[in-house]
Amino acid sequence: MKKTTIFGIIILLFILIVSLVVKSNYLFSILIIIGLYAIIVQGLGILMGYAGQVSFGHAAFYGLGAYTAAILTTRYHWPTIAALLAAIILPGTIAALIGRQTLKLRELYLALATLGFGILVFIAFNEGREFTGGPSGISSIPFLNIGSFAFDSDRKFFVLVWAVLALLLLGINNLVHSRTGRALRAIRESEYAAENAGIDSASLKLQAFIFSALLAGLAGGLYAFYITFISPAAFSYHASIEFVLMAVVGGLGTFWGPLLGAAVIVALSEILREVVPLLIPGAGGEYQIIIYGIILILLMVYKPEGLSSLGAVFDRSPKRAEQNTNKQ
Amino acid sequence: MLRIKNLSVYYGYVHAIKDISLEVKEGELLVILGANGAGKSTLLGTAAGLIKPAAGEILFNNKAVTGQTSEQIVSKGISLIPEKREIFTTLTVLDNLLLGAFHRYRKNKEGLKNDIKEILGIFPALKGRERDLAGSLSGGLQQMLAIGRGLMSRPALLLLDEPSVGLAPLIVQEIMAILVNLKKTGVTIVLVEQNTKSALKVADSVLVMERGGITHRGSPLEITANSSIQEAYLGRARS
Repeated sequence: MKKTTIFGIIILLFILIVSLVVKSNYLFSILIIIGLYAIIVQGLGILMGYAGQVSFGHAAFYGLGAYTAAILTTRYHWPTIAALLAAIILPGTIAALIGRQTLKLRELYLALATLGFGILVFIAFNEGREFTGGPSGISSIPFLNIGSFAFDSDRKFFVLVWAVLALLLLGINNLVHSRTGRALRAIRESEYAAENAGIDSASLKLQAFIFSALLAGLAGGLYAFYITFISPAAFSYHASIEFVLMAVVGGLGTFWGPLLGAAVIVALSEILREVVPLLIPGAGGEYQIIIYGIILILLMVYKPEGLSSLGAVFDRSPKRAEQNTNKQ
Repeated sequence: MLRIKNLSVYYGYVHAIKDISLEVKEGELLVILGANGAGKSTLLGTAAGLIKPAAGEILFNNKAVTGQTSEQIVSKGISLIPEKREIFTTLTVLDNLLLGAFHRYRKNKEGLKNDIKEILGIFPALKGRERDLAGSLSGGLQQMLAIGRGLMSRPALLLLDEPSVGLAPLIVQEIMAILVNLKKTGVTIVLVEQNTKSALKVADSVLVMERGGITHRGSPLEITANSSIQEAYLGRARS
């Protein structure tokens, strides 16, 4: 049986079992947020792990998706599914416009340019009061509905988000093993050599950037329809950094990395929020941040290649160990 | 096949290629000699579209390719094997070979299998290593892979930048023999080399570069007969 088929069965069973067994809305909400972040980090994983480009501006695309969905449904009364489509397309279009210029930059400069873009969009969310509601945000966003079926419960939304995530994982798995995926990996390793082999690296990097923005927009649109209230706070540059962190902690250029990274970072925050006050009575939020930081440092020191390397059984890369040996 | 007219290339204020003109005939194996910094690699890089010239014209099969992107130039039939091989070490040998045919992958997917077979026939040492990571290969095999990847684009003109660097003499001999065989199949070759003795054995004609300009051009016999070139590149003692 093909690995993708096995994966499909595993994730379908996971969705089925969780949706039947779990009763807690809190747990559903955590799983939904993990799913949404994993969608963003999937795109970021393609951009960072395969095309070798860093973006500290993906919270902006996430926010643009959320605000597009919110504004179109609350102000212009678009059908939710049409608004969700617009929430995907708009960030992709903006990525196409800014990517052509910013992707000429490399490494730190590209990171700073995307960070700057993220900050600009964050300011626009705060200051564009007429459209965005300013710091107060937009409330009364309707639930997503397809025809007469509304995703109006945590359980339904969990199934939707994880089904979307599963389809994405399968699609991305095919992409990275295709001609395009191979070319992206070549660019990550050496842009010079890739161009020398006849690969249009500028075009492929732009495509990866647009793709990642489309996914962030999709996650943003879904987030707006799930939370039904949005404000700029969720889309600050802190969120962008957190997405990059998820991609790196999970493992760049790996199949399970984005999902694992999103799950670990979200779960870690939630666990520390519960556990730290029990261990250190009277401890404030700053203790959680300190412990969170220490855990992340330890992860990066002892697993710099990401947590997905723990499950080498799923690693499709041939003879990676052999190469690592040769590098030493 | 390749005609370069009054080519000039700058790196900032450094005039790396100074108004040079040359012609490479179809089926020829041209060796370019020169010290470090003579402009040999810059010349190849410019012909391959990786470096933009400041002035001059490059014609390939009588059509201007000056200033075109490297992917356009690869698709026209020019392939560069760069100095440091530049293979993709974290990708498999097969992936590396397939990437060499990136621009024509969609057009003839089935034909690629035959091309891979053909490349493995030229480089039998790569047989059985297709699923190995390229980074796990020895230097000699990496060089063979680099040439194989270049050949996957089905070039009419192959530009090789110092393929013998860091390789054992036996491997160098093997690679030079492969180049001679390639030439017999109709591939035109421009070979930049510091391993002068090996290169002269396989050359049809030789060009010597110095400080961005061409100082000599002739047959291997004419070049070896030139005492100043002997002194500079063949390591003979002063008489």
